[in-house]
Amino acid sequence: MTGSELSPPVGSSDHVEGPADARITLVEYGDFQCPYCGMAYPILDRIRRRMPGDVRFVFRHFPLHQIHPEARHAAEAAESAGAQGKFWEMHDTLFQNQGALDDESLVHYAKLAGADPDIVARDLEEGTWTKRVRDDFRSGVRSGVNGTPTFFVNGYRYDGAWADEARFLSALQDAARSAPAARAGSPSASRSDPPSAGAGR
Amino acid sequence: MNEQASSGNIPLPAGTPAPDFALQATPDRTLRLSELRGRPVVLAFYPADWSPVCGDQMALYNEVLEEFQEFGAQLLGISVDGAWCHGAFARDRKLRFPLLADFEPKGAVARQYGVYREGDGTSERALFVIDREGIIRWSYCSPISVNPGADGILKALEQLAPSSSARTSDVAHAGAAEARA
Repeated sequence: MTGSELSPPVGSSDHVEGPADARITLVEYGDFQCPYCGMAYPILDRIRRRMPGDVRFVFRHFPLHQIHPEARHAAEAAESAGAQGKFWEMHDTLFQNQGALDDESLVHYAKLAGADPDIVARDLEEGTWTKRVRDDFRSGVRSGVNGTPTFFVNGYRYDGAWADEARFLSALQDAARSAPAARAGSPSASRSDPPSAGAGR
Repeated sequence: MNEQASSGNIPLPAGTPAPDFALQATPDRTLRLSELRGRPVVLAFYPADWSPVCGDQMALYNEVLEEFQEFGAQLLGISVDGAWCHGAFARDRKLRFPLLADFEPKGAVARQYGVYREGDGTSERALFVIDREGIIRWSYCSPISVNPGADGILKALEQLAPSSSARTSDVAHAGAAEARA
């Protein structure tokens, strides 16, 4: 086994922030009630600002329900807000308020994040996003997620340091250097034609 | 990390009959591996109880238990910690599967499986998937500091999986066993 591979790859159902042609796709499997994910949150924020344009960030849910009983509902609340176009606002609000994640607080945070709190409350009650969150969890298990947070850099599990911000940054910078520029040559890189494309005309 | 990982230990490979053992699962209950014949068994050796919560391998397996149960598989954690220590750890982490105490003689079962670390006095972080007949079908030794996750176990269980009807009855059986526990 040479490094666990992300499965399925980042796709249209993912929550994605950053340019589509970034050299680095950084996927976090996280849990809103996990203190380590809470520690990682400002680190990720700073690192992405240090590498502008280079990082496409993706968040997938991996609630550790047995040790973090409020994590599943927090994830579902984020999905509910996401369906209203406020996923990242809710993601940030949750990590900034990890101390209280009961349902009542979640609905309040939804309002702060700019989502309709009534819809979020109803979605939590009806379990509208339970399967969505479970699907993320299962994809994580299959991809070799081994705790929270677990990161994947360009499709492979990153087993290096992250709490040491300088080392995490330098690992990502190394990965950016060794990544093909703007994923040229990849059939999915459709935003800009390779220079040679026009030559034949 | 590679130097750390290669302590010279080679876990028993696929195709080897799993050495039988009887170890304490609680201070007053002994579990014998051969009692589980007829069900796949996942044997997860780990170095020690009380490693940090969120990155902890046993906490992860506790979350993934339902996935293992879909294959009718029984998960067993095993380390050189004693039964009382395991009891406190399992209670604290709300673990829903047995932890076996490879305590006296220390690490004897880990040695039989080729995963005892002499210098450290603990076992490796090693995984074995044992089939219904008691034959090892997959083994893996992780670098000691890397939690191996559950994907390798699930792939190995998938490859064992017989007819879907047998799986269904095993799931029912597993559910019944859990209800009794």
